[in-house]
This record gives sequence, C-alpha cells and structure tokens, in this order.
Amino acid sequence: MIEIGLGHYLSLGAIIFFLGVIGIFLNRKNVIVILMSIELILLAVNINLISFSIFSGDIVGQIFTMLILTVAAAEAAIGLAIIVIYYRNRGSIRVEDIHGMKG
Amino acid sequence: MIVHSIFFYFFSVIAIFSSLMVITSRSTINSVFFLILDFISVGCLFIMVGAEFLGMILLIVYVGAVAVLFLFVVMMLNVAEQKQSWFIGKKSTHIPTGLIVSVLILLELLVVVGGWKYKEDVMSSSTLILSNVSNTHQLGLVMYTDYILYFQLAGVVLLLAMIGAILLTFRERVGVKKQSYINQISRNPSSSIELVEAKSNQGVKVDD
Repeated sequence: MIEIGLGHYLSLGAIIFFLGVIGIFLNRKNVIVILMSIELILLAVNINLISFSIFSGDIVGQIFTMLILTVAAAEAAIGLAIIVIYYRNRGSIRVEDIHGMKG
Repeated sequence: MIVHSIFFYFFSVIAIFSSLMVITSRSTINSVFFLILDFISVGCLFIMVGAEFLGMILLIVYVGAVAVLFLFVVMMLNVAEQKQSWFIGKKSTHIPTGLIVSVLILLELLVVVGGWKYKEDVMSSSTLILSNVSNTHQLGLVMYTDYILYFQLAGVVLLLAMIGAILLTFRERVGVKKQSYINQISRNPSSSIELVEAKSNQGVKVDD
C-alpha cells in the first residue's frame, strides 16, 4: 500500500478508462462531452503505456505515448470541426437529436 | 518513499475525482475545466514517475491546445446553457448494456494488474532506460533514429487533421467584397481606360 508500484498506476489507468467508457455510454445530452470522454480514454491508455515503460525500463513505451498524443490532438480537431458544421446545419448537437442514420 | 506515495495518492485522487466530474457536470463548460484539471494532475503523475518530457508535453499539447479548442467550441456553439443530465428525456435502452460493458472493462483491466505479477520474464530490449542520461535526451536518441518513420508519419497525421478541419469548416460567403488577384493582375489599359471626347457645356456621362 505504501510502496507505489506498477499495479497502482495500472489501477489508476483502469479507473480513468472505465469513467471514460461510462461517460460515452450514459451521456444523453451533449456530443462534446462524448469527445471529452474519448480524451479521457486516451489519457488512461497513456498512463498505462508510460507506467509499463518506466517499470520495465524500456523507453519505447514513451515514444508510442507521443504518437498517441498526436493522434488524440488530430482526432479532437477533426471531431470538433464535425460538431461545428453539424451545429451550423442543424442548430443542435444534443445526442437525442442526432438520429440521421437511424442507428 | 512515503512522500512519493503521498504525492501519488494526492494526484491520483484528484485525477479520478475530476474525470468523474467531467462526465457528470451539469454544464459543458464545467466539464472542460475539470478536463483541464485532470490533464494537469496526470501530467504531474508523469513527471513524478520519471517521464518528465511527456508530462510537460501533456501540459503543452492537452492543456494548451486541446482543452482550449474545446473551450472555444463550447463558447462558440452556445451550448453552455444546454444542461447535461442523465436518464432524462426519451427512454434509452442501451444504458444497462453500457453499464455492464463498462464494469466488465474495468474488471478486465484490474485483472491484468494481477496477471502482470505472474508473468514470464519479458524479452529484454535494446532501448533500455539509461540512468545517466536525461529523459528528454534519451527520447530524442531513440525517436530520431529508430522511430524516425513513425515521427514523420505523426507529422503527416497532424497535417491531414489540419487540412481536414479547415476544409470541413470552410464556407464560401456570398456578398462579401474580396480582393481578386487574378483580376487585378490581368487588367490592361484597353479594358480599363476609355478616352471620351468631352464637349463643352455638356459634360461626360459616367457608368452608363
């Protein structure tokens, strides 16, 4: 409990991942919050990669973390652009109103 | 060691609390603020565990760019007063399934923690962390040599994201006066100058 090891960091990553998935599933109102949940999930993945990298003494995990950071930034930009044009066309980004594909 | 664990618990409790608040806040702008808090506390954890460069990059990229982008969009779309609430409105059928799947994911991820303790020895790699070189220096040594292809591809991904975002949100406005370079350059005297005989006491008609 006192000695902080790999398990502590992995548990933290697991909890944040879990909260991100919960946020995606249970959100009923706002698409922007879904995008933020995706950012949370990617953050949890980064925690896992960095803790494995540190505790197994291999630097490559941190390289992949940088690649994930890049992809996360690109994904946020594209997703927000899509939300902006959706709002411009429809005037609402509530999750309930987005059913154009009848999914 | 005790100080290290106190700091770990401090930052991780803040991280978990703020990620809980991200998904449960009533207004979107509060969610963005808690997202920033979450990134900062996880960045502090990264610095604490020994990945200083990535902690700083997390602060710069996420807090400085991504979170501000979220803030811009939230303010621009005027959804701040659109309250977010759970289980309200049309009856949704996917909430129980979503809960079950989420809890299963959490359990699986926690089981991995136990499984790691009883693993076989992992293969040793050629990119071990050295103790006499700083973290940033070492990342540079690996990233610009062995992983140069991935580094370049990350740049291409960012470029494509930029082009895509601009293309998606670009719209042609009508009725706006713009400078047209090709018209300015291709003017010549015969098309833009007209010589008119001005008779006395009659003047000249302009723009007929």
